[in-house]
Amino acid sequence: AMAEQKFRVRARALVCVFVCVVMCGCGRDDFQEELVIRPLHSGDIYTSFQFRTLWETDFTRENKVSHYRLFPKSLGQVISKFSVRELHISFTQGYWRTMQWGQPYLPSPPGAELWVWFQDSLTDVDGTWKELTNVLSGIFCASLNFIDSTNTVQPSASFKPLGIGNVTDHRFLRYATLPREIVCTENLTPWKKLLPCGSKAGLAVLLKSEKLFHSSFHSQAVHIRPVCKDDQCKTTSWELRQTLNVVFDLHNSGQGKNEWSLFKMFSRTLTEACPVASSSKIYIDITDNSQGEQFELSPATPLLSQAVVLGDRRTFSVYDLTQQITFGTMRSLNLLIRGKSSDMLRPLLHAERYVAGYGLQTGEIHTLMYNNHPYRSFPVLLLDSVPWYLRLYIHTLTVTSKGKDNKPSYIHYQPSKDRVRPHLLEMLVQLPPNSVTEVTLQFERALLKWTEYTPDPNHGFYVGSSVISSLVPSIVAMDTNNSRERPLFSSFFPSKEESSYFVRVYTEPLLVNLPTPDFSMPYNVICLTCTVVAVGYGSLYNLLTRSFQIEEPSPGLAKRIANIIRKMRGVPPL
Amino acid sequence: YVRGIFKNLHGWFINCLRYLFCCFQDRAGQFFSSGHTNNWAVLVCTSRFWFNYRHVANTLSVYRSVKRLGIPDSHIVLMLADDMACNHRNPKPATVFSHKNMELNVYGDDVEVDYRGYEVTVENFLRILTGRLPPSTPRSKRLLSDDRSNILIYLTGHGGNGFLKFQDSEEISNVELADAFEQMWQKRRYNELLFIIDTCQGASMYERFYSPNLMALASSQVGEDSLSHQPDLAIGVHLMDRYTFYLLEFLEDIHPASKTNMNDLFKVCPKSQCVSTPGHRTDLFLRDPGSVLITDFFGSVRKVELTMETINLTDPIEQLESAESGELQKEMHTYADQLPVSEIIHQKPKQKDWHPPDGFILGLWTLILLVFFQTYGVKHLKHIF
Repeated sequence: AMAEQKFRVRARALVCVFVCVVMCGCGRDDFQEELVIRPLHSGDIYTSFQFRTLWETDFTRENKVSHYRLFPKSLGQVISKFSVRELHISFTQGYWRTMQWGQPYLPSPPGAELWVWFQDSLTDVDGTWKELTNVLSGIFCASLNFIDSTNTVQPSASFKPLGIGNVTDHRFLRYATLPREIVCTENLTPWKKLLPCGSKAGLAVLLKSEKLFHSSFHSQAVHIRPVCKDDQCKTTSWELRQTLNVVFDLHNSGQGKNEWSLFKMFSRTLTEACPVASSSKIYIDITDNSQGEQFELSPATPLLSQAVVLGDRRTFSVYDLTQQITFGTMRSLNLLIRGKSSDMLRPLLHAERYVAGYGLQTGEIHTLMYNNHPYRSFPVLLLDSVPWYLRLYIHTLTVTSKGKDNKPSYIHYQPSKDRVRPHLLEMLVQLPPNSVTEVTLQFERALLKWTEYTPDPNHGFYVGSSVISSLVPSIVAMDTNNSRERPLFSSFFPSKEESSYFVRVYTEPLLVNLPTPDFSMPYNVICLTCTVVAVGYGSLYNLLTRSFQIEEPSPGLAKRIANIIRKMRGVPPL
Repeated sequence: YVRGIFKNLHGWFINCLRYLFCCFQDRAGQFFSSGHTNNWAVLVCTSRFWFNYRHVANTLSVYRSVKRLGIPDSHIVLMLADDMACNHRNPKPATVFSHKNMELNVYGDDVEVDYRGYEVTVENFLRILTGRLPPSTPRSKRLLSDDRSNILIYLTGHGGNGFLKFQDSEEISNVELADAFEQMWQKRRYNELLFIIDTCQGASMYERFYSPNLMALASSQVGEDSLSHQPDLAIGVHLMDRYTFYLLEFLEDIHPASKTNMNDLFKVCPKSQCVSTPGHRTDLFLRDPGSVLITDFFGSVRKVELTMETINLTDPIEQLESAESGELQKEMHTYADQLPVSEIIHQKPKQKDWHPPDGFILGLWTLILLVFFQTYGVKHLKHIF
């Protein structure tokens, strides 16, 4: 076994050297994987996988890129063919409960969400958007081809590019959500195939669908953007991040015991890191557990790391999978976390949304935004995209905080056009400290054409989540350096100033019932009309054309026999 | 006497040789007799709602067999009208079972559904078959078959005499299906086609076929209902239909090298097991069903032809290194500000594209100008201006 192990190490080293020699001439690509585990105070556990591939190459130049190594070819071709500058797509099942679980590292709305920044050299953005959604629906096995002009908007102030770039003209931005999109294994399978190691080695071994979908929240996303290559930021490289966030429920998958392990969560243990990964780490959030009084971690690890994430300085225990010693004598790593985490701080920004009213004609959308900071107020940008069949009356828009009217400093409203585009409402609202801000808007429901109803119209129609983007004051100074040494989960949103960090909160999607016609009525009407016509016209026709003839009634049996006998006798009949 | 024995032996030896030679020729002949070079499968489940779980399980079990026997995902078009695996009523998410007591998960970990939910419509199904898809349709959603493809088409759902119901809102009739197959034949989109349908009165769907090289199987005759197999008490619905259940059992015994032929497939699920009478139709098929292997349609047995000629490969494309010399002159890039409050507040309203004036305004202006010219005449305009 020792000799075999030595041979394997040597073989791997040889392969690495060979690969490095071959790669010297071309742009370097780099792959990192990490897993962050955060026990939540309700006993649930939040795990977040991040896989990042960095590649210095230029997709926009004339000669097409022909040699792909770690970067998946399908996405590279999409970027170069459709002149994409940034692409963010996420598939989520479940709703993130901010009040119980805190803020996620990467927020995402229920269903599917796609937003894309195109290069400014592109002339026909709408046509390219349509083709891009069709191609992505084939890559991810999702019905993204339902994204068309009726659910696409161009936000004017939200969704600024997350990568580097000077152009922020919102003509090149498109945003669409499909709140009804289902996420299942058929979306996970192509997502896993985009990883360099697939699901055969490294952290992706843990991604087994039977356990991942038996959870309270499951979100998988792909983010592509250009980033700085180094601190000087003179050249750019393309970054592909694949993220997967799961929240396992204590009672559903944990059987009620406050004991989580990798095997219990994923039904697998780790045996090796991905061979092409330059770093492969597991971070466990132990900030509330400095003396080990809340929960214990086994096997113990000496590595500790601190990172500023979501405005707070957190401490993490680190397991480095590229070191053989992490796997111990059993050559497999099964982390065990026993115990509960302490109460968490209330999140500073939180939002809810619901539909009020009764009946199938009118209604009211209420959005509540909570600012839980005791003394600081901060601005939030609210983006609402409502489908055309809910006709909004924008003159009924009211924004109130603490009972008083709160006038937004910026409103951008684009009215809808029936069957062409949805409503778009963007507002910049200043939330006073320790308050609830309520935004209300009345609407009227439209009657659709009978072919536009889905096969199950009584399920209802979905309205996508509102997006609330904000710069929330942070407790500790944020790191504005954006160097590459930070763990992946803390370096997703770039921070420009130290006193606040960027956060995006999604509300619930709404489910509204539209007035639904009775689809059996055409059949009923045809039957009724035919009956009426038959009875009415038929009777009239009979009356006009029927003629009566007198006919002798046929005599009874006795009389007939008597007639026969009389005929035989030759006597005239009765 | 010895000569006689020798003659016998000689004769017997010659006969043996002749038999062996014929045997090899037969085998070689059989190897190349089917004439197809690739396999495709179109598997459709047309029913929506949780209580039609068994239709999704039917389709997935055929998908599983077809994948196991070698047809890759790129050659399978799988259409599921509703999601059962991640349905909120499913007590075991991401699984679809075919046998009770949750013995066999036909959904698995490696599944690619090409058309799902509302995309499964009669129009999309016919467009896939005939190849008339919009240009931006991705490859995984197309049936890219040619004239040497063997295609397996499997339909399941609720049906009646001459129609199959799609998603509780529309139907496909047997005439439409027969015409679609004729279009495929005229466009040379298949070599041979096997059509299997598992619905009530399924035999009515293949009554109207008229294109050559079609073989059809159905789970029940006209006037009969196809019945479901067994419910699972934990999941609460029926898991599979009888015909497909026994078809799955039959296919589990097939491996890529097996020699079972179509006559065995016709015997699957006799009336004693299925309660309905399965039917089949082979009059349009040119070959004898006894010589057609199951793997001709359900598997993807590649036929390799050896060649002795040399082929010259072109030189590999040299990837040019991007110029690193101009690096120092480049300016520093920065990340965009995520919420630039001051910029947003002072944002100018978007310049609207100029549209020519609308009809009403145009008409009004025309009227004003007409009245003006009528009153004053053109000659007097110079006094005004």
